[in-house]
Amino acid sequence: MLHVQNLRKHYGPLEVVRGVSFHVPRGQCFGLLGPNGAGKTTTLRCCLGLTRPDSGEIRLAGLPVPDQAREARVRVGVVPQFDNLDPDFTVAENLVVFGRYFGLSRRQCEAKVDRLLNFAGLRDKAHARIEALSGGMKRRLTLARAMINDPQVLFMDEPTTGLDPQARHLVWDRLKTLITEGRTIVLTTHFMDEAQRLCDRVAIMDHGALVIEDAPRRLIDREIEATVIEVYGEGVEAWFHTHGSRLSTRAELAGDTAFCYSDDPEPLMKTLDGQSELRALRRAPNLEDVFLKLTGRDLRD
Amino acid sequence: MTDAALTAALESANGASPWRFLHVVHRNYLVWRKLLGSALVGHLAEPLIWLVGLGFGLGRLLQSVDGLSYMEFLGSGMLCYSVMNSASFEGLWSAFTRLKIQRTWESILHAPMTVADIVIGEWVWIALKGALSGTAVLLVMAAFGLVKSIAALWVLPIVLLVGLAFGGVALIITALAKSYDSFTYYFSLILMPMVLMSGVFFPMQQLPQAVQAIAQLLPLAHATALARGLVVDAPLDNVALHVTVILLYAAASIVIASRLVYKRLMG
Repeated sequence: MLHVQNLRKHYGPLEVVRGVSFHVPRGQCFGLLGPNGAGKTTTLRCCLGLTRPDSGEIRLAGLPVPDQAREARVRVGVVPQFDNLDPDFTVAENLVVFGRYFGLSRRQCEAKVDRLLNFAGLRDKAHARIEALSGGMKRRLTLARAMINDPQVLFMDEPTTGLDPQARHLVWDRLKTLITEGRTIVLTTHFMDEAQRLCDRVAIMDHGALVIEDAPRRLIDREIEATVIEVYGEGVEAWFHTHGSRLSTRAELAGDTAFCYSDDPEPLMKTLDGQSELRALRRAPNLEDVFLKLTGRDLRD
Repeated sequence: MTDAALTAALESANGASPWRFLHVVHRNYLVWRKLLGSALVGHLAEPLIWLVGLGFGLGRLLQSVDGLSYMEFLGSGMLCYSVMNSASFEGLWSAFTRLKIQRTWESILHAPMTVADIVIGEWVWIALKGALSGTAVLLVMAAFGLVKSIAALWVLPIVLLVGLAFGGVALIITALAKSYDSFTYYFSLILMPMVLMSGVFFPMQQLPQAVQAIAQLLPLAHATALARGLVVDAPLDNVALHVTVILLYAAASIVIASRLVYKRLMG
């Protein structure tokens, strides 16, 4: 459904996307993960033909992009990072006006409004103004709007950023429905639980290049030891240097917390017995551990 | 709607239709229609106030201006002024709001539409709004008995062309603007001096030769000359020159504006 080969794009002296290649087969949910400024949004924009890459090949829904990007977008839905709903119209009008850009008649659009509003849980908001909606409602309306042309592929740039847990779960639930319907989804996120929950495959992007790509579970198994122990509290630094780093397969001290990765955590746990000052959390590894291992813990601004 | 109907509609959207820009015109029309009452009152009230205020006030002092009554002179000047004003407001503040604040243009690009569709659609919409203002002035003038014959309706295509010229230039400024502040400069440093140079309120012959020469390079003086000839039967010559200058502004500005908007949205 989407082929990207050796994509490159620079802004001024900065090369934001540096030779990215990936492939999303029909019906898969593909997640592009990466810290801020990694080049995720630029990659998506290139895929949609919203910006011209310096080089590389893109095929979206079988058509070359950017040459036939407009035609490709006929069966594509987009949920952008920042809501761009039309505040001059009501909720229902937003759907109708947007559908007209696809060449649908007003009648055809109006026939879809009820179902889409139902899908978005906005049935009783049809005549509300956009500014009267909460952040979660706006997101769901944007998702409903992206469905007006019954898209085969959906692009979503950080679909749940800024939403509270209830709203996030509702969006996830809708996305699962879309995945079950066999639609292809390409999303960017920096919420690892979101990627782990929804994506068949994820690619981690940093400094404009893909660092690794695989199914989330396999990435975790490939990259991270069986158990993670996080230790913090008074004296953690001393404990880390005498025991933590010695008894783990891999360990690091980040701020006031020691992260210890190990396939055999028992010896490590023993050293914590009787250390009343130290608090420990023993847990299974997750995608966030992979992400932090590969992109580092430094802040990106 | 059946799946087949949807597919058919989407397939026709797939074709290279030159009329896609109409979706943008239509979108702006739908918004405008919501505020129809206040929009129309504004269109009619403003020229009415000017004509009554200046026309009666100054008109008493002036017997005739260029062989016309001052009301006739002012009315035909106001007609072009109001097209310019209305097209510029729509092309600056309103278009910039859709570009930057509301991200409307960005959302349209997520559909199978192009930057050219958006720019042409906005341009045509802006010109229509300008033309509507001009028409309102014409109606007010007619109500005052200032319109000599039905032939005055020939001013309507001219008014649309003037809207395209000022709309195109406004879109250039909008494509380059970082905030609304730039528009105040454009209005007070470019448009207002042009209004005073172009024979809207008083004959340009009152001004030094050099200033008149500059005015001849700008579209408003040509628009005013045409409107005066068509609406209140002032002598009308050099029609081809007047039309050509306005046409050139319209054509050149939309080419430049399209490139700038492309750069801004797709850069």
